[in-house]
Amino acid sequence: MYNDSVIGVAAAEADMPIRSNLSFTCSHVNLYYGSFQALKDINLKIERNKITALIGPSGCGKSTFLRTLNRMNDLVPGCRVEGEIMLDGVDAYKDVDPIVLRRHVGMVFQQPNPFPKSIYDNVAYGPRLKGITKKSELDEIVETSLRQAAIWDELKDRLKKSALGLSGGQQQRLCIARALAVNPEVLLMDEATSALDPISTAHIEDLALELKKKYTVIMVTHNMQQAKRIADRTAFFYLGEMVEYGDTEQIFDHPQEERTIRYVSGNFG
Amino acid sequence: MTADMTNSNKDYLRNVDGGLRRAHLFDEIATATFYIVSGAFVLLLIAFTLYVVWGGVQAISPEIFSFSETGIGNQFFNTVYLVFLSLVISVPIGIAAGVYMAEYAPEGRVTNSLRIAIETLSSLPSIVVGLFGYLVFIIMVNTQWNLFSGALAVSILSLPLITTTTYDAFKALPIGWKHGSLALGATHWETIWHVMLPASVGPIMTGIILAAGRGFGEAAALLYTAGMSTDINWSVWDITSPVCPLNPFRPGETLSLQVWASRTEATSASAGDVAAAASAVLMIMVLVFSIGARLLSRHLAKKSEGENA
Ligand SMILES: Nc1ncnc2c1ncn2[C@@H]1O[C@H](COP(=O)(O)OP(=O)(O)OP(=O)(O)O)[C@@H](O)[C@H]1O
Ligand SMILES: [Mg+2]
Repeated sequence: MYNDSVIGVAAAEADMPIRSNLSFTCSHVNLYYGSFQALKDINLKIERNKITALIGPSGCGKSTFLRTLNRMNDLVPGCRVEGEIMLDGVDAYKDVDPIVLRRHVGMVFQQPNPFPKSIYDNVAYGPRLKGITKKSELDEIVETSLRQAAIWDELKDRLKKSALGLSGGQQQRLCIARALAVNPEVLLMDEATSALDPISTAHIEDLALELKKKYTVIMVTHNMQQAKRIADRTAFFYLGEMVEYGDTEQIFDHPQEERTIRYVSGNFG
Repeated sequence: MTADMTNSNKDYLRNVDGGLRRAHLFDEIATATFYIVSGAFVLLLIAFTLYVVWGGVQAISPEIFSFSETGIGNQFFNTVYLVFLSLVISVPIGIAAGVYMAEYAPEGRVTNSLRIAIETLSSLPSIVVGLFGYLVFIIMVNTQWNLFSGALAVSILSLPLITTTTYDAFKALPIGWKHGSLALGATHWETIWHVMLPASVGPIMTGIILAAGRGFGEAAALLYTAGMSTDINWSVWDITSPVCPLNPFRPGETLSLQVWASRTEATSASAGDVAAAASAVLMIMVLVFSIGARLLSRHLAKKSEGENA
């Protein structure tokens, strides 16, 4: 079971086409939950080695859009996706196995969801799935991932304790560590810092800036300051549409669309 | 207004109005009622256990604990063996069926009809299952009464318990655990095996304890399947021999059948004592099994969940 999946990943990596500076290219993406259309004709090119922020009022479809990128919406009964989503020039819906896709596109959920396992086993979960069983190797991955998520010092003495006993903010950072442990190329973060104190938030922001050197980060945030601080590109969503997309400075300082102007200036009503 | 509030004695904070007082009173009455009811249940259980065990202690004699015609040793062994066999059959099938229903069966028609089938199965009178077992496992196979048929009959009764507890346990898991695992690139099966099953150990163990309880206590379903006689020779270890203790295809009277038989068609003078001792042993077995299974499940949960913070 484990070995098969390892071969799967290796094969996928070998087949990867030459890398462009684009990560995801979405063309005419429509998404329906039953008869409700949650995403309307989304066209978006997400750049590699950049942080892209998704902003917009609650219920506008940010999480939904994020879930189309790693095909987590496949699990929602009655959910239908139209259009084309290309990852590195490969059709993510036609030519990639969702399991392989999710190994390359990691996700941190809006609600922290650590497994009912020890802290160590939570982080080691992904690497073990990939077939890594050597204790020393796992130890190293666990430590590195927890350090990256700015939680190693807090947790290093209680790795064998249940993850469910952690505070909400600690759980969220643990989930970030768990996602990093499998070395994804793209990291999707759904309001990953909304439950964190300013210091941990700053750590996670530093982490995102560090990660973008190697990876691509796409983050949903309700915190405008955060988007301004770290995002290179920002997309504004409203009622299932992508209203405006551009360099972060442009979106915040010189928005073109009326709805963007009102949203970023806080006069939305 | 503010000045008024700072200068007053903050009476508005100290005041409890009549409605709230009634609500508190009701709260206390309800709490007391629940304590009394659950206390009564615990007392009843303890009293019953003591009564049965005391009856057994008074009946004790070395003769009764022997592995002979007049003892309960063979029946004790048959009971353990039958429960073991029935669990070997019903636990894997029951868990697999529960997981299938919760995770694979299309929501709606399939799960609904399966549920109805399982609920019907679990409310079948055990004598009916016994007669069904007699027809299918004994008459149709053209064989004699045997332990294995008894285990199959008990499995029919215990399968629904294990299936529904597994199903309910899976349905009660937070959806975030499943999504978290899948988002890390686990397959559906890996998610079930590494996350969902370990998280459901407690409730599934409850199902197993209930299932074993049926095996320990069942009489009607075993009358015409496992049979009312036992003939074991403890020096024969050739499993094909009809008197070998481990041969599942030999008749095997269990403790509860023995209790029933000694009380209804007693042939020997010591039948009353045998029944009392057998009841006490049966009761202690059930208790030991339940506590042991709980401890095991707590150990397993701790192993998979990590220590408490
Ligand atoms: N599983 C689902 N089934 C049906 N409708 C859904 C489902 N998930 C989301 N929706 C609907 O799709 C729309 C977009 O939801 P989504 O969760 O993507 O919003 P969001 O932008 O992430 O909001 P928030 O900022 O509050 O997290 C909402 O109207 C929501 O009710
Ligand atoms: Mg959301």
